Amino acid sequence: MPIQSMKGALRALLLVAVFAAGVWSHSSGLIDDFLWHLPDVQYLAVEHLWLTAISGSLAIGVAIPLGILLSRPSMARWAESLMQVLNVGTTIPTLAVLALSMSFLGIGTVPAIFGLFVATLLPIARNTYAGLKGVSPALMEAAAGIGMSPTQRLFRVELPNALYVIFAGIRTALAINIGTVPLAFLIGAGGLGELIFTGIDLYDPVMMLSGAIPTALLAILVDALIATIAFFIVPRGVNPARQ
Amino acid sequence: MIRLDSLTKVFDTPKGAVVAADHISMEVPAGEICILLGPSGCGKTTTLKMINRIVRPTSGKVFINGDDTTGMDTQTLRRNIGYVIQQIGLFPNMTIEENITVVPRLLGWDKARYRERARELMAMIALEPDAFLKRYPSELSGGQQQRIGVARALAADPPVMLMDEPFGAIDPINRAVIQDEFLKMQQALNKTIMFVSHDIDEAIKMGDRIAIFREGRLVQYDTPDDLLTAPKDAFVESFLGEDRALKRLNLVKVREIVSDEIGSVTPSDTLETALARIDDFGYSNAILMVNDKRQPAGIVSRSVARTTKGYCRDHFQSVPAAVHLDDDLRKVASLMFAHDITWLPCVDDDGRVCGQITQRAITSHLGSRYRARQAADATAAKE
Repeated sequence: MPIQSMKGALRALLLVAVFAAGVWSHSSGLIDDFLWHLPDVQYLAVEHLWLTAISGSLAIGVAIPLGILLSRPSMARWAESLMQVLNVGTTIPTLAVLALSMSFLGIGTVPAIFGLFVATLLPIARNTYAGLKGVSPALMEAAAGIGMSPTQRLFRVELPNALYVIFAGIRTALAINIGTVPLAFLIGAGGLGELIFTGIDLYDPVMMLSGAIPTALLAILVDALIATIAFFIVPRGVNPARQ
Repeated sequence: MIRLDSLTKVFDTPKGAVVAADHISMEVPAGEICILLGPSGCGKTTTLKMINRIVRPTSGKVFINGDDTTGMDTQTLRRNIGYVIQQIGLFPNMTIEENITVVPRLLGWDKARYRERARELMAMIALEPDAFLKRYPSELSGGQQQRIGVARALAADPPVMLMDEPFGAIDPINRAVIQDEFLKMQQALNKTIMFVSHDIDEAIKMGDRIAIFREGRLVQYDTPDDLLTAPKDAFVESFLGEDRALKRLNLVKVREIVSDEIGSVTPSDTLETALARIDDFGYSNAILMVNDKRQPAGIVSRSVARTTKGYCRDHFQSVPAAVHLDDDLRKVASLMFAHDITWLPCVDDDGRVCGQITQRAITSHLGSRYRARQAADATAAKE
């Protein structure tokens, strides 16, 4: 099998390269440089996660009820136009949102959390709305026809069937959130952005990377965490990951 | 019993008001299946959906078992009406058991009772409870899903069922099987059922009564037999099709027109006896030979009986076909055409010959209703 053996050779090559990079980075003192930033990274990563946790849970708490509200038949007349407003909202760069929020709320953690909240709100609300609207009309007719009240329909049929899409929204939103937190440093809120921007200003690539790499890792970690939660919470019958 | 009293639905559209159902009044007696039939857009589905208020009536009343439902709470009303739709609408997030027990759970049954009920229903629709209850709808075939859909509608044992083209999305072979199963279930359950269909053959097979709709109006409401023999106008006639006399074949069982007079011979009779019997009974070409249990064993043809000597047991041909008393005439006609014969022996449950059915008897039975009608028309014209 030529392809198989080629794959094996590539894998071996990769291992050698990684090992060589490790040896080089140790001998050149790079690893020690990084380790020098470790206490900062630990402290700032916790701060980073706090910013995400607070703004993210606020956003989830507001966006899901908002999406549900917009998907109600009584709101049908305004829902589409409101969704358009939200869509326009998503196109505003997050840095601009932070700048705007700073001009109203000043410098510090509160305006940063508000800016992050706004940036995170939109994808979740949009997915909640789209997920609920995507529940097949036949399902809704069956639910109504067998005598479920509107509330029962929402909790027993609509939400369980939209949950996968809602979770997809939460994953996107939190990934954006973690990636935006470094910008929050610019309006004085801390987080790993402190290492990144200071590193840029000081032409210190090691310092910059000590902020950038953990940020990327956090984003991947949180995404995996939400995916795991979705795996267990979304009912098996409507969970593509479990079929 | 379901009674509709002047039920009307007017939809407001940008092009103006559209009357989807125009003063529909009809009554379905308890325990009967009524098929609402017509081309698309004729108002049959709207009429059905007004009964459980999926569509709100503009005016008119619905009575169920004599009670006016107008003042009833919508949820309560719907929980007492079984509802089956063409798209099936099983909840994909729930297991089969959860799907079936939705209504009992809404009604607040305790767990032991609704779980027991789920197993009972699975037995009724002939699906193995242990194999299916814990599975999800997406793991089932279309036919199995619709069986579950029917079971869900029956779960709380509602007196009345509404079915909106329930078997429309199922392939023809499975559809016939499910229709038969459903009819069998209905014999035991005796529900009052309104059933929307656009398939005339399904209507004739399933319906005790058929209501034909056109452009929001109820054109004719009759038993299938009356409908096929006496269509009210050109529209009904064209809707039923030019072969509507043939469609009546489905409605008549062999039992109804079998003639119990049948000449036969036994294997030990001589061919002379056979020839004499053929002439006695006036048969033109053959006679049936039966064994000692009176089961059809062969036929002895006239030409052989006339030209040969010996016993029947040595000179017979095989029986081309026999029909059961409960077969319908459509099968009989098909067998006659297939074998190019004009009569068939009829057998009972034990396979014993109990009479014969002839092509003449079939045509005369089918024709009698028309002749009676023509006579009535002629008398009416004279007066």
